Amino acid sequence: MIQILADYWRPFLYSDGMRASGLVVTLWLLACALALGFVAAVPLACARVSKNRWLSTPVRLYTYVFRGTPLYVQLLLLYTGMYSLEFVRSQSLLEAFFRSGFNCAILAFALNTCAYTTEIFAGAIRSTPYGEVEAARAYGMSTFTVYRRVILPSALRRALPLYSNEVILMLHATTVAFTATVPDILKVARDANSATYQSFDSFGLAALIYLAVSFVLIGAFRRAEKRWLGYLGTSRR
Amino acid sequence: MFLYGYGPLLLAGAKQTVALAVLSLAVSIVLGLAGASAKLSGNRVTRGIATAYTTLIRAVPDLVLMLLLFYSIQIAVNNLTDAFGLAQFDIDPFTAGVLTLGFIYGAYFTETFRGAFLAVPRGQLEAGSAYGMSGVRVFVRILFPQMMRFALPGIGNNWQVMIKATALVSIIGLADIVKAAQDAGKSTYKMFFFIMVAAAAYLAITTVSNIVLLYLERRYSTGVRHADL
Repeated sequence: MIQILADYWRPFLYSDGMRASGLVVTLWLLACALALGFVAAVPLACARVSKNRWLSTPVRLYTYVFRGTPLYVQLLLLYTGMYSLEFVRSQSLLEAFFRSGFNCAILAFALNTCAYTTEIFAGAIRSTPYGEVEAARAYGMSTFTVYRRVILPSALRRALPLYSNEVILMLHATTVAFTATVPDILKVARDANSATYQSFDSFGLAALIYLAVSFVLIGAFRRAEKRWLGYLGTSRR
Repeated sequence: MFLYGYGPLLLAGAKQTVALAVLSLAVSIVLGLAGASAKLSGNRVTRGIATAYTTLIRAVPDLVLMLLLFYSIQIAVNNLTDAFGLAQFDIDPFTAGVLTLGFIYGAYFTETFRGAFLAVPRGQLEAGSAYGMSGVRVFVRILFPQMMRFALPGIGNNWQVMIKATALVSIIGLADIVKAAQDAGKSTYKMFFFIMVAAAAYLAITTVSNIVLLYLERRYSTGVRHADL
């Protein structure tokens, strides 16, 4: 254990000498995926609850497909699958994008988390008390203003407990990134394992790092819930 | 030719995936029931162990745990057989996969069952023992049928997550549908097509299980009144 720590603490945390690796890469993947997913999920959630079939059905199909298949398969499809297509390789822009495992991983993670987040937000929007929406309409607000001023601020807050779950699950999901040659924590652990044959220690160290990140995230969301959900008086614990 | 002649291989892979998921479900339900009983028991030691189990397992990614357990179980078994001077004994990957997945998702099921146990009114259990029923009989006749109603949505969620987690076992070398699709794609140079086939298989499995769950939920909530909304 001590030997692995002495040899591998640097790659586990931030750099393997040539490029960033380990914890830094995992956190960067997580942040990119969550940011892209969140930005896309808010309008998609509004479309998902829309009465207009032409708006809601495509979003429903998207979340159904992405929530019904494993993230690992989605990553394989984007990384190995896309690059095997002739027209992707023949176009320089697409070729450059899909050649990098890092791009593919972020794209796959963002699409995946966006699907789950859309459903979470849509659920929260649907459970907005109808009185609030009616009151806003009675004030003469347009649909856009109702969403901006009334529905979204309260729905996003109420979605916080479920969203924190999704963030933790996403952190755990980033572990498949090493299959697309991204040097995240698990990749370093596998390198350490194949160099030393001390499986329990190498993967145990990775598990400890993930454990620590999970606990930090859970703590951060506890505080966020206290701050933004305090008015509901139902924060957990 | 059906799927360029790779139909049988993919079918075998899909069977492997379903078998793996169903067997690990069985293992994790048993572990979950045991864990929930331990968490609700008055004994401080069992409660502590169960709490440590659920907290640690749920905070660490399943793939990391899978690799950790998969390699370590074999090494532990080797050390054991060495210590007793027995011949080396290889665990086959399928059993190891079932045990690891079952162990990981047992932690999630523990939380599901704990919540469901708590949702059954205590008075009913007390009434059961007042009629002279044994502890096992109270569990079979009163606790279990009612608990299932509260546990089913959670079980359904866990099952869906587990089905998707089985895709990861191809990383530790099991011949599931993902592995079969990758092999077929490599030899035919139709990677995109075959991974799409694998994705469609997963989609079919999750859709069918959704329908089954809907049926089960209806069955376990017979006799429960719902307000018209």
